Amino acid sequence: MFARVLALVLKELASLWKDTRTRMVLLLPPLVQVMIFAYAASFEIRNVPLAVWNEDAGIASRDLTARFTGSPRFTVVATPDNPAAAATLIDAKTAAAVLHIPQGFSADFAAGRTPRVQLLLDARRSNTALLISGYAATIITSYALGTTTPPLALETRDWFNPTLEPQWFILPGLVAVLSLMMSILVGALSLARERELGTFEQMLVTPLRPSEVLAGKAIPAVVVGLLEAHIVVGAAVLWFHLPFAGSLVLFEIALFVYMLAGAALGLAISAFARTQQQAILGVFVFASPAIILSGFAAPVENMPPGVEWISRIDPIRYMLIIARGVFLQAMPAEVALTAIWPMALAAVVLMGLAVVAVRRAVS
Amino acid sequence: MIPLAEIRGLRHAFSGHVALDDVALTIAPGIITGIVGPDAAGKTTLLRLLAGLLRPTAGEVMVLGHDMARDAAAAHRDIGYMPQRFGLYEDLTVAENLSLFADLHRMPADLRRERIARLLRFTTLAPVTGRLAGQLSGGMKQKLGHACALLARPRLLLLDEPSVGVDPASRRELWAIVSDMLAEGREEGMGVVWATAYLDEAERCGSVLLLHEGRVLASGPPADFLAPLEGRVWRLAVPAAERRRIARAIAPLEGMVDVAIQGDTLRLVRAAGAPPPDAAALGGSSVIATAPRFEDGFVDRLADGAPIQPAAIPPVRPPADGPAIEVRDLVRRFGAFTAVDRVSFSVARGEIFGLLGPNGAGKSTTFRMLCGLLAPSAGTAHVAGQDMLRASADARARIGYMAQRFSLYGELSVRENLMFFARVYGLGLRARRAAVMDALTRFDLETVADSVAGQLPLGVKQRLALAAALLHGPEILFLDEPTSGVDPLTRRAFWSRIGALADAGVTILVTSHFMDEAEYCDRLAIVNAGRLIVTGTPAELRARVRTAAQPDPTLEDAFIALVAPPAGAQAA
Repeated sequence: MFARVLALVLKELASLWKDTRTRMVLLLPPLVQVMIFAYAASFEIRNVPLAVWNEDAGIASRDLTARFTGSPRFTVVATPDNPAAAATLIDAKTAAAVLHIPQGFSADFAAGRTPRVQLLLDARRSNTALLISGYAATIITSYALGTTTPPLALETRDWFNPTLEPQWFILPGLVAVLSLMMSILVGALSLARERELGTFEQMLVTPLRPSEVLAGKAIPAVVVGLLEAHIVVGAAVLWFHLPFAGSLVLFEIALFVYMLAGAALGLAISAFARTQQQAILGVFVFASPAIILSGFAAPVENMPPGVEWISRIDPIRYMLIIARGVFLQAMPAEVALTAIWPMALAAVVLMGLAVVAVRRAVS
Repeated sequence: MIPLAEIRGLRHAFSGHVALDDVALTIAPGIITGIVGPDAAGKTTLLRLLAGLLRPTAGEVMVLGHDMARDAAAAHRDIGYMPQRFGLYEDLTVAENLSLFADLHRMPADLRRERIARLLRFTTLAPVTGRLAGQLSGGMKQKLGHACALLARPRLLLLDEPSVGVDPASRRELWAIVSDMLAEGREEGMGVVWATAYLDEAERCGSVLLLHEGRVLASGPPADFLAPLEGRVWRLAVPAAERRRIARAIAPLEGMVDVAIQGDTLRLVRAAGAPPPDAAALGGSSVIATAPRFEDGFVDRLADGAPIQPAAIPPVRPPADGPAIEVRDLVRRFGAFTAVDRVSFSVARGEIFGLLGPNGAGKSTTFRMLCGLLAPSAGTAHVAGQDMLRASADARARIGYMAQRFSLYGELSVRENLMFFARVYGLGLRARRAAVMDALTRFDLETVADSVAGQLPLGVKQRLALAAALLHGPEILFLDEPTSGVDPLTRRAFWSRIGALADAGVTILVTSHFMDEAEYCDRLAIVNAGRLIVTGTPAELRARVRTAAQPDPTLEDAFIALVAPPAGAQAA
């Protein structure tokens, strides 16, 4: 039993490694994606093009404008003097926002009345607009506080990511997403590839039992997934200097359970696919919604209740909790367990599905 | 007469590998020009060069007066090309496929109607115009492919192995269709190029180019090729049980070029000038002169030195009592369709048993049930004393299987492939090493042990596949068209190994619709429309169809006569 499974595992790994194209598919994505996500995909915004429409001639309005000009977040690109000109700037995307300081701003300020400013935002890119409005609010609030004695001071400390590095958020997520994609892909291609090349039947006439086929095909998928995860972890810690504050043992256990789920899902897809192309399509059909629902980019807490509920069957969601947890904090074991058991459940259910599917394919 | 195409000094290489070298060919109108040779001889490359799909590395390809290296587009309108896997749209019906090809050629409506009607009549596809192309049998797909290629009435029709994977009856039909089309187009100067791996088809061509490993072995009318063999080919009647032993014994004798098993006779090709064979001295009962075949000429030209003698094989584990394979009332249904209908037969230990039948007759289904790849709907199948219905791993450990297509791991080396199967068959470390070493020596694979399997020549791949199937010393070996497409020398070497295995007590079950393979069998079963219609030795099957008009029928004649479909079964 063990010897036969080992034979299959060794054969699978040798096949993956010996084929130059497969080897590239296994090695390039983790490195390329780490670079792309870490450097190109940033949630942070600098140098927002800002137009200032100042109808007030007083000192207060000049001071406020100066705060925006001086901020690294904003670059003043235009100074329109009427609503139409301001609208044109936003239409043409010359400015992402227009700061409108109405007449009487300085007068109100001096008189102690509450002065008002208006911020016009290009909400075609709603996420960016939200960020800009946040940045602008911070500047305006600090200006307001700076001119009076604050009755209350807010001291902010960003826990777990004190300098709010976007990579600290992205890379742990990439560990979860990339490793799962690879384990599913290797699993999905395994049987489909044999079927397409005609080696499937040759394998079926050997004494290999369905359970052994399953194990022999699942193990390489788990191994490849683990390898991918550790490449990203290595890059995160050594290159991007992320802290790895949590327990490595906890992380490894969770990752292993998670990879079992991925391999099982891949095998189930493979058992239904007749060609490698169909298998890849199958992976794609699963991957896109699973990544979106996982909370990799948008937090699951912001999803509507129904969608949020669906995301609970997404194993990536739980691995994200673990990965972010152990990278950025010393995640307590009991908290980790609440994320590990749903993954274990998913692994068991998907393994069951794979067993049924592989048996169906084999007999 | 102006030739349709002329090739001079052609050489074609793909990334260093020379596919064709020093090829010259003239294609005349009004005849079928055969491009004949085993797989990987360069047939497809030559056809693609003629179709202008490739540019020659060196030399000149002129088709219909156009230089195909510079001006292929001008010739394309008058060329019909049917690649090996014709691009039929499987999700369209027969009629939709035809009208799509008519659209592609921008045929006017009245011409299109006339041509399509005629082609449907020729190909007897008229009753199935509404059926999806994907649901046609292999033979019917080929016929539809022909119809599509012939629609625009090309002046030069290029057919790449149209008869591959098609049973003998359908092959004859395809020949008839193309001959009829040619007769009709002859006035317009039409010509046909027919590529094939079946050497027997060469004899029916008006002119032949025989290719082997990218080089021209012979070219001209088939009669010229066969002339030097006149009076040198004989058939020696031998006792059926002794035929393999006698063949092995007499092959190295002086003056013997080729000894091939043909049912209960041995086909002998004598060296030029050698005296006629003496039946008694060779261990046979009688000897008669026979007409040379293309294959004889091929062997005569290529054979050098003594034929390969396989090493003696030690007898397999002491055979248990009873037949090796016992099939009783085996049934397999797919939905409402009964693919195999109450088939019963038994195969003795050490016998080479052939399962023959036309495309879609149920022979492959039966074969698959016997190797445990498919569960029967009813009936019993005992293989090596084990119930295959349960398809237990134990039963599978006692059989070897060699698929039709090369089905080992192309990206792994020869040694890695063997190691994998040795492990999977549960051989221990020492047994594994010994078995792999032994297989490498016995199958002449030592020199390529560390080469990547996928890049080996066809004949070597086949030896590797056989070696892998035999690593664990199976009692029964299943072969699915093991030698279709290989050259006659490789086929002889393969079957002499199989013969030696059978003599050592291994039971061999072969499925094929390739008559040359059937000749090597001790006994044959013919399956048609799901039923087993006859079993017997090749000689018995021939005797069944012997008539005054056909005193010496070939096995192919016997096959076609025995499976002659009842009227109205055409559409099935």
